[in-house]
Amino acid sequence: MTAALALGDDALVLSHRLGEWAGHAPVLEEEVALANIALDLLGQARILLSLVGDEDELAYLREERAFRNLQLVEQPNGDFAQTIARQLCFSTYQRLLYGQLAAGDGEFAPLAAKAVKEVAYHQDHAEHWTLRLGDGTEESHGRMQRGCDALWRFTGEMFQPVEGVDVDWQKLEAGWRESVGAVLERATLTVPEGPQCGAWAAGAGRQGLHTEPFGRMIAEMQHLHRSHPGATW
Amino acid sequence: MATAAAHRTTADAQTGQAEQAAAYEAAFNTAVAADERIEPRDWMPDAYRASLVRQMAQHAHSEIIGMQPEANWITRAPSLRRKAILMAKVQDEAGHGLYLYSAAETLGTGREELLDKLHSGRQKYSSIFNYPTLTWADVGAIGWLVDGAAITNQVPLCRCSYGPYARAMVRICKEESFHQRQGYELLLHLSKGTPEQHAMAQDAVDRWWWPSLMMFGPPDDESAHSAQSMAWKIKRHSNDELRQRFVDIAVPQAEALGLTLPDPDLRWNEERGQYDFGPIDWDEFWDVLKGNGPCNEQRITQRRTAHEEGAWVREAASAYAAKHGKAAA
Repeated sequence: MTAALALGDDALVLSHRLGEWAGHAPVLEEEVALANIALDLLGQARILLSLVGDEDELAYLREERAFRNLQLVEQPNGDFAQTIARQLCFSTYQRLLYGQLAAGDGEFAPLAAKAVKEVAYHQDHAEHWTLRLGDGTEESHGRMQRGCDALWRFTGEMFQPVEGVDVDWQKLEAGWRESVGAVLERATLTVPEGPQCGAWAAGAGRQGLHTEPFGRMIAEMQHLHRSHPGATW
Repeated sequence: MATAAAHRTTADAQTGQAEQAAAYEAAFNTAVAADERIEPRDWMPDAYRASLVRQMAQHAHSEIIGMQPEANWITRAPSLRRKAILMAKVQDEAGHGLYLYSAAETLGTGREELLDKLHSGRQKYSSIFNYPTLTWADVGAIGWLVDGAAITNQVPLCRCSYGPYARAMVRICKEESFHQRQGYELLLHLSKGTPEQHAMAQDAVDRWWWPSLMMFGPPDDESAHSAQSMAWKIKRHSNDELRQRFVDIAVPQAEALGLTLPDPDLRWNEERGQYDFGPIDWDEFWDVLKGNGPCNEQRITQRRTAHEEGAWVREAASAYAAKHGKAAA
């Protein structure tokens, strides 16, 4: 139960953030790409939340403290570089996580087998943009580095084991560090030096402790649904 | 002698060119008359080319600006199913914009140039997108009425004389029809829902009905480009014909929805076999077209801001491609 909620909330919240880009992307091709990724994630979220209960009740009627997503995915979009840094960190994690789940025989194996194909595309997209921005102009390099630095302290939470998610967390973390490190190096960027967790934040999102922007995000997301109790849409 | 011969050759060449141009024009006219497609490498009159660029660019711009009123509700969509449908629709619109810019590029213009003309107000987009989406039901009303009007306009364009435009319209119309059904279904669900939902649906239809009728453009006797476009078979039907066709389709659909249309003069005309409808507020139409609609300023500012704030991203992609070869971009 907790496991499906954690993975489902990650996908739901990141999908929402990417949806905020619609109509604001730097090129038309990215309008298509970001919406595409957001849709894939929303699809994953709907399947995962439905394993727990009614998808809409779970998305629209839980309070902030009941959400189990990583703090990383709720971070505001920032500029395009920060969005890409968040995508690189999360899609690399998701690809490795779903890769392991797909190879196992747990309850998430069928879902993971489908999702891992989508997530490989997301990671490829993030990786290519990390290279272009990191190794593009001086300005894009600076922005990409700042994006990575700003999000680094939220990355440690990804490797806090989630009960019911049967993967080798150490292997996941090692694989993630290797993959992200290699992309950053090719992009002429530096692996951030700061800690991967804040002083009391390790595993916080998974326990329902979120950052301040999150409450505002779900206020917007839930407003209409909550204004019409009992209605269907 | 040598000079006289040279003169004669120049004169012959000029006569030759004039004959050739006349032959090209005749071939073009024959092809159009025979309902053949004009393709990018074919000769075409400059005015035909210019008219197509204007219309296709405006069409592409409408897809791109048209993302905004609907994207306005993505983060507030009231169920995950509706949110997915809306996201997919807005994504399709970006894709339609891309097809249409590509089709326009076959006429020797470039996407950058067209976007620049949009941002500087030298090219227009459909006036409908200058109206605001104030409630969730507006998403349904746009799907049903705005996409419905667009389809009525665009289906005949699938037979447009210019091949690349006609082919783009075939692809686009398939997706648009799907969006329209989804919009209709959204409204139907609201109409049959709670009293508050029904009222929300009615209010949206009341606000979008007249602007949708204006999408067909000015009346035939005030339409600057119509006669020439019809002669060239870019357009197949007049603005008023298409508007009438749309009304005739929409009235029974409104009845099926259990919603009314905000026109006291709307009634079936047995003699004509068509619906009569009330006068359109053309002052409002021209005012919106001139830039004074409720959202003109907001729409173009958001588009310009996205473009300007994205400049460093596009520069980075170019710089990276220059360093690593085009294939890497």
